[in-house]
Amino acid sequence: MAILIIAEHDNSTLKGATLNAVAAACQIDADLDLLVAGAECQAVAEQASKVMGVSKVLLADHSAYEHQLAENLCELVVELSRNYSHVIAPATSNGKNVLPRVAALLDVAQISDITSVESEDTFQRPIYAGNAIATVQSQDPIKVLTVRGAAFDAAVAEGGAAEIVAIATVCNDELSSFVGEEVAVSDRPELTAAKVVISGGRGMGNGENFSLLEKVADKLGAAVGASRAAVDAGFVPNDMQVGQTGKIVAPELYIAVGISGAIQHLAGMKDSKVIVAINKDEEAPIFQVADYGLVADLFEAVPELEAKL
Amino acid sequence: MKVLVTVKRVIDYNVKVRVKSDHSDVDLGNVKMALNPFCEIAVEEAVRLKEAGSAAEVVVVSVGRKACQEQVRTALALGADRGIHIETEASPESLNVAKLLAKVVEHEQPDLIITGKQAIDSDNNQTGQMLAALLNLPQGTFASELKLTDGTVNVTREVDGGLQTVALKLPAIVTTDLRLNEPRYASLPNIMKAKRKPLEVKTPADLGVETKTHTKLVKVTPPAERQGGITVSSVDELVEKLKYDAKVI
Repeated sequence: MAILIIAEHDNSTLKGATLNAVAAACQIDADLDLLVAGAECQAVAEQASKVMGVSKVLLADHSAYEHQLAENLCELVVELSRNYSHVIAPATSNGKNVLPRVAALLDVAQISDITSVESEDTFQRPIYAGNAIATVQSQDPIKVLTVRGAAFDAAVAEGGAAEIVAIATVCNDELSSFVGEEVAVSDRPELTAAKVVISGGRGMGNGENFSLLEKVADKLGAAVGASRAAVDAGFVPNDMQVGQTGKIVAPELYIAVGISGAIQHLAGMKDSKVIVAINKDEEAPIFQVADYGLVADLFEAVPELEAKL
Repeated sequence: MKVLVTVKRVIDYNVKVRVKSDHSDVDLGNVKMALNPFCEIAVEEAVRLKEAGSAAEVVVVSVGRKACQEQVRTALALGADRGIHIETEASPESLNVAKLLAKVVEHEQPDLIITGKQAIDSDNNQTGQMLAALLNLPQGTFASELKLTDGTVNVTREVDGGLQTVALKLPAIVTTDLRLNEPRYASLPNIMKAKRKPLEVKTPADLGVETKTHTKLVKVTPPAERQGGITVSSVDELVEKLKYDAKVI
């Protein structure tokens, strides 16, 4: 049986997290259908059809799906999923919102945030903020999974030629409606897709001081993140949060500035290839996971770093 | 308006859990347990709705072993009015928890249900959404702000790119994100008062729910350890290491 993957997109661009989900699905089965549900999202379907490994793109183009409202999208996915052995979504805020709803309606479990495929029914996933790895076997007829993007290399985005099939089903139960959104506009790469991430913690002192990190980020083409402590303190918005309850990243280079290294922060970044920690407290737990630790006052070290890059 | 809040007993967030040597599970023996932080935020929000005059009653529910009555009492000390404990095995699967909660909701008929977005032990982030599905109710997950108006709740959600606001018809389910509020501490008089608040105990059989096994925990292993790194003495040395040793810049 085939696998249904829910594409992550904004009605104009296919998001990178989809490619990681496709890569994970490829390890389970070769027959992959990618669902693009949105409004006026033909361009996304075309991008999706080029992803290597995708057999078919299902395009559900209707205003009911424009904002990915869980209630409508879930009904559509449930209706489609009867023909599949696995239903997969990236573990993004959309995937996490919609997929458990799908699983419950199918009367099956969801296995969240898988980091490894052991077999078609057995998967690994981190628990307790990544301090333990559970190997879980599904006993359900349909396996519903969300995929941790950082754990799978992205599928190749170009070269495929999958057929695009229009889905006419419209699910619009009007339980919820879209009111508005505030999307952070930034020229920097997305946190979860960036090759380099520089994050600040409580040590930054205030939100304005994050401009020190932004200057370094601009030189490195990096994304800027934050610890939960910095978000809790109101320095920066929550969409910058890296950690157990925020975003999970695994860049080539992660620079932690003024971050002590609480369990919940480490859960979000400890799979980074190279970790640099800059902190004036040499006892800070962040140094235990850092490849390169610099014990220094960040307000001196960070501008110096920027100047020397 | 009646508000129903769910709470889970979990390992304290400051404790680093250890895996048992036989890899059967994590070792929770003699470990400090607490109210899941996101559930604490859920309780706080419900209590604030009551204090603002929007809610008349706050009911708190927990599913698990007898020990989780401790967390129900904590929620009562924070301001909830009465508690319900559904006694089951230690950590039932999310879907089973959602089925049990769905029965409680059918019985209690709350206008608003607030759950934490995820528990910090299993890190599943599922139960609220599953409950919404089983009851065919709208959901506002990862909430950072709630606004009640006539018959609807506007929920501002923390999403990957920023914030999204949705309007949900009541009754609705909201799951909390960390910026929704800052939970209070329970005062000693309120802890004493909470001991006298009603706490009803039910079993899955009382609710007519037959729980099923959907997944099998094959093993639990410790994560790969990172090799300890080195301390550099200057920014110059750091830049040199990153350029020539790690080759990442």
